[in-house]
Amino acid sequence: MLSLSIREVSLALREGRISPTELCRKCLNRIKKTHYLNAYITVTEELALKQAQEAESRLLKGAPKGPLDGIPFAVKDNFCTENIKTTCASKMLKDYTPPYSATVVQKLLDQGAVLMGKTNLDEFAMGAGSTDSAFGPVRNPWSYAAPYREQTGTEMDSDWVITGGSSGGSAAAVASLTSFLALGSDTGGSTRNPGALCGVVALKPTYGLVSRHGLVPLVNSMDVPGIITRSVHDAATVLDILQGHDVKDSTTITHNPSTLTHLFEDFDVRNICVGIPKEYHAPGLSQETLAQWSRVADMFERAGARVEQVSLPHTQHSIVCYHVLCHTEVASNMARFDGLEYGHRSGIDSSTEAMYSTTRHEGFNDVVRGRILSGNYFLLRQNYEHYFVKAQQVRRLIAEDFKRVFSSGVDVLLTPTTLSDAMRYTDFMQEDNRTRSAQEDIFTQPVNMAGLPAVSVPTALSNRGLPIGLQLIGPALQDRKLLTVAQWIEQKVGFPPIRYLGDAGEGEMGEEVHEREQTSVV
Amino acid sequence: MAGSSAGMTALLCNMNKRIAIFYPTITYQRHNWCVIRRICMSVSRCQSQAQTKRKSAPQELVGVVGLEIHAQIHSNTKLFSGSQVGFQAPPNSLVSFFDASLPGTLPVLNRRCVEAAVMTGLALNCTINRKSLFDRKHYFYADLPAGYQITQQRLPIAVDGTLTYSHLGGRKRNTVVTKSVRIKQIQLEQDSGKSLHDDYRSQTLIDLNRAGVGLMELVMEPDMSCGEEAAAAVREMQLILQALGTCQGNMAEGQLRVDANVSVHRPGDPWGIRTEVKNINSARNLARAIDYEIQRQMFVLESGGTVQNETRSFDGKTGHTIPMRDKEGLQDYRFMPEPNLPPLMVYEACSTAPPGVAPSQVVVLEEVRERLPDLPSVRRQRLVETYGILPEHSFTLVNEDGLMDYFEAVVKETKAGPRKVIGWVMKELQGLLHQQNLSVSQSPISPQALAQILNLQENGQISSSIAKQVFQELWKTPGKTAQQIVKEQDLGIVNDSTEIHRICQKVVDSHPDQVQAIRSGNKKVLNKLMGLVQKETKGRADPVLVRAILEQKTN
Repeated sequence: MLSLSIREVSLALREGRISPTELCRKCLNRIKKTHYLNAYITVTEELALKQAQEAESRLLKGAPKGPLDGIPFAVKDNFCTENIKTTCASKMLKDYTPPYSATVVQKLLDQGAVLMGKTNLDEFAMGAGSTDSAFGPVRNPWSYAAPYREQTGTEMDSDWVITGGSSGGSAAAVASLTSFLALGSDTGGSTRNPGALCGVVALKPTYGLVSRHGLVPLVNSMDVPGIITRSVHDAATVLDILQGHDVKDSTTITHNPSTLTHLFEDFDVRNICVGIPKEYHAPGLSQETLAQWSRVADMFERAGARVEQVSLPHTQHSIVCYHVLCHTEVASNMARFDGLEYGHRSGIDSSTEAMYSTTRHEGFNDVVRGRILSGNYFLLRQNYEHYFVKAQQVRRLIAEDFKRVFSSGVDVLLTPTTLSDAMRYTDFMQEDNRTRSAQEDIFTQPVNMAGLPAVSVPTALSNRGLPIGLQLIGPALQDRKLLTVAQWIEQKVGFPPIRYLGDAGEGEMGEEVHEREQTSVV
Repeated sequence: MAGSSAGMTALLCNMNKRIAIFYPTITYQRHNWCVIRRICMSVSRCQSQAQTKRKSAPQELVGVVGLEIHAQIHSNTKLFSGSQVGFQAPPNSLVSFFDASLPGTLPVLNRRCVEAAVMTGLALNCTINRKSLFDRKHYFYADLPAGYQITQQRLPIAVDGTLTYSHLGGRKRNTVVTKSVRIKQIQLEQDSGKSLHDDYRSQTLIDLNRAGVGLMELVMEPDMSCGEEAAAAVREMQLILQALGTCQGNMAEGQLRVDANVSVHRPGDPWGIRTEVKNINSARNLARAIDYEIQRQMFVLESGGTVQNETRSFDGKTGHTIPMRDKEGLQDYRFMPEPNLPPLMVYEACSTAPPGVAPSQVVVLEEVRERLPDLPSVRRQRLVETYGILPEHSFTLVNEDGLMDYFEAVVKETKAGPRKVIGWVMKELQGLLHQQNLSVSQSPISPQALAQILNLQENGQISSSIAKQVFQELWKTPGKTAQQIVKEQDLGIVNDSTEIHRICQKVVDSHPDQVQAIRSGNKKVLNKLMGLVQKETKGRADPVLVRAILEQKTN
């Protein structure tokens, strides 16, 4: 039951095959059972059961609020949730309880969706591994799934792989079947990257389509709430609910976008043109990922789509440019964490300045502090032109690259989402956060510069038994078309559902279940 | 506020206050003070300065003054949030999540504030930028919860205006002197909260009610040369803002805050190093602060020193400016574009606004222009034309709060001509108001009461000297009417010609020398006799009648 898609489980709820409270309990049990993943920072068990109860009475009356009524979901812990701790995985906000909910969270709650908890992330979403959290790293559920274990056969506790990040907790929550959907945030790939590494669908909508109100910002001009589900159709269902103008976010698009629930049913792959950006043949791209990329490109070609190589010449500058823009906004956005109104406050009070500096030193990890420092450096009067203005100019060039390609008749771009499958935690930690981010965001980050929609679709398992995802990028506001093409890929590639050694996903641990499960999945 | 962990009281933060900004270290040498004061006394007005400038060698130093005015926008809600704007509310009772900078909150621009800035810009002959931008200005301060202020540094909403202002000049200070100062720009920005320092407990209390209230920062070019000009410019600005209704303009309540940039130089030379004088709470203190600062800088330069680029605070008690903030480590505000606000667009007409945007969300110049009320200069012109009064009188009427309305109300209710009324308002009313330090609205005599007095006089029921007497009486006992006073004190004019004849005869008889003088042609002496008659009648005799009788008797 837990491995169903939203569409399927919603039907099951309506048909009474399972009740919302049963479903909620199953998810809660599963959260407990997968506790070692460290996917959740806060589990809202009591609230979830209460919400499930309410959903149940609506369903019993035959009056569900919509397709998400009674569906368990998880939220990255950088979205504000009223009366529920919102930590951003930072010591700074360790005990912070917001008095309001983010617009996207509220929209899901209004639909009757059941909040299971708040998921782990890199502190303030700064990272690409979900390893730099004040609450410890998130472990990739596929580290414990049968394919990986069968391939590597090593010790469970020493050989796990990362989820990617920064929305690693959300991706892990959906991949480990503890939630049917999860909210992530995507600034440079933070939703798509863990989506690819955890084998789930991860959508970054067009900038301005979904409200950022209540999302604790990383880079305001690039942040977009991301949607993580187990099917493309589910992602479309959720986007349909979340999208739209929000008076509380002046950067949301005012005109009404088209409804998304029903993806183009008359979609004909022969009518589309798929662009393959040559610059994405980057150093470090794994053979297996490259092979998947070619495989899917071939699928398109064989199915009659036009597949063309295109060029995005300025993409190579995206990462360095992103670092400047990201760090400057971080320096600015983090200025409010001074220990006065909320959050951590140092005990040092010899002067206001001393309190500020010790509060901020104690509250932020070295990644955050490093970005604040360099961001302020870029903003200094004598540096502003050399760094910030230049980076903005390059940003425009990057956006124009995309525009040119899309206006030349290309409908979507097909690229890898990450360089390779997930790295082992021990390997990942060999490099510092900055280097890792530079490597990991390479395919996802330019999209944020241009504000375009992109989705990562799980494609296959690697030889190590870990997911590989491919990314589709579309023109601004063409989220619907993008998802239609993504759904086509999803249907063709036959990505396997997660399968555990000794676990049927929701049943008891044991050989018997393990045997049955193994035979059922082929 | 911040949920379970942080109630309102959490804003009252415990801080030891070794903040330089709060505790200015007074490095200025005290022995200079008296010297400066003496010089200061010797120079008062720009006129005298200008004259010395012309007379003496070009080496003479002159003052250069520019102003930065922060005008609090008169609106119901704050610039970027829906919280109410109010001045008397309990601390931290008008604070939205955004105002407290809770994580995840975003600014939403208040259209009313934009319109106020546009209207102000139009009234000051500015160019309204069709597109303007918001920026973040960073600095750490306890009453700035976000760690930055949203302002318009790069592209403000209005630029390149002028403010024309006048002050009374000339030897008798009754000539209207008109000047103008260029307005560099008007920018929209957020106000900060307030810090209240509790020395006893060594605490700083933060009140965020004011945090996020809309401000217009009006930057003037350094086109003024002394305190009087600056004060007059600020007064005119105040009147304009009040007429527009875009700012209430009360300096004492901080609705209008003026900082002065002051330097001195020799005409023809580049500008000198300037200081910024803050903490000025009235137009009068503005003039005092600037004149003091000009003299101080002149003294420093003339004694071979150099002026420091620094911020100085004006002390209203001593009339001095003292160093306030050390600008040694020149503050870098690390400006960057505000990413959460799209460019602010202003359209010429409804028809030029892009389709799809709700008309209620669009600021249209045409519409704002239509709503522009009469500005003070137009009012003065109208007063001169309508009532035939002197320009300097129109100046006083408009510049004194409520005086124009008072004057017009009196004119409306009396048969006395406007020129007569203006005399009463300028002399009698203003005299007593100034003497007792009252505002027009506090006058114990209403315009209707003054009109009654004037009417009694016009109808010949009381004489002009009695009218003044009644005015004084009424001032002391505002509950009564003019008629009551006249009746009670028997002040009514005496028309009984037999009685007046008798008194006149008595005066004529007892002053034979004067009568002789009149008879030999010195008609002026008749006035003396008239005075004596009025003295007898306590001013109640009809002067026309008295004159006629006396003329007859001295013939």
